[in-house]
Amino acid sequence: MAHAIFFYIFSTIAIISAIMVTASKNTVHSVFFLILDFISISCLFIMIGAEFLGMIMLIVYVGAVAVLFLFVVMMLNVAQQKNQWFSGEQSSKHIPIGLIITTLIFLEIIIVIGGWKYKPEIFDINNSIAQSNISNTHSLGQVLYTDYIHVFQISGMILLVAMIGAIVLTFRQRSGVKKQSYIKQISRERSEGVEVLEVQSNKGVKIDD
Amino acid sequence: MTEIGLGHYLTLGAVIFSIGVIGIFLNRKNIIVILMSIELILLAVNINLVAFSIYLGDLAGQVFTLFILTVAAAEAAIGLAIIVVYFRNSGTIRVEEIDKLKG
Repeated sequence: MAHAIFFYIFSTIAIISAIMVTASKNTVHSVFFLILDFISISCLFIMIGAEFLGMIMLIVYVGAVAVLFLFVVMMLNVAQQKNQWFSGEQSSKHIPIGLIITTLIFLEIIIVIGGWKYKPEIFDINNSIAQSNISNTHSLGQVLYTDYIHVFQISGMILLVAMIGAIVLTFRQRSGVKKQSYIKQISRERSEGVEVLEVQSNKGVKIDD
Repeated sequence: MTEIGLGHYLTLGAVIFSIGVIGIFLNRKNIIVILMSIELILLAVNINLVAFSIYLGDLAGQVFTLFILTVAAAEAAIGLAIIVVYFRNSGTIRVEEIDKLKG
């Protein structure tokens, strides 16, 4: 009973905020609704018994990805560009096709779910994770670092490549900026810095500059 | 109030997936919102995988949800970097004005 109540609360919040992500006029508001969506889905994960994934979802999505989105939205100053759906004249020809295709996709998924629901003997339940004496995080770690170690390391490589790619893409060499060059400073010689002049008395020295 | 089963979670995943697809189709103004719609679609996939993993008692679904999370984070970083570079070069990220490739 409590499961049902919390499921309906969290899923309603998730669906409404997902609609608001796509329909909101302000891009910053879209990012905030995206954060709300991730939080409610991670609450669902924690409730269903996947605590580790719920927490990772909070850390990765809310802590990193959503803040990244916020930074980019605020740096590019696109928050003032309204993203109205139905009021733009040029965009009106996309709306019927988009609605039809989305409805078809939704109906197909619902049909598949109906097949699962009305033929429940497809479930071949072997409760390999039903051992209740170890936690979800513990059992996930036991599988992740043994059976899936290669996939785990490949995902680490993916993150490394993404990091290098993002740095290389956004790096730019500005011209006209004075920078400190250690090599130039260290390799200075006395002969190029100081010049000894013969100064006659009462004449002074004329320096060419 | 009936018992919450696998079908409820799959329906929630289907609804969020469809909202993400609608967001890609109908948003013609701002490309960042399209990236957020892709994040919604990946979130729906994660919901499906975790629900199957819990209800069928197989831990592989949660492991692959972890990997999907990794790939989604990398994809968001690269996509936002591309958007920043494009904005720096052309001064706009409105969807109908991005036509350099004549697509």
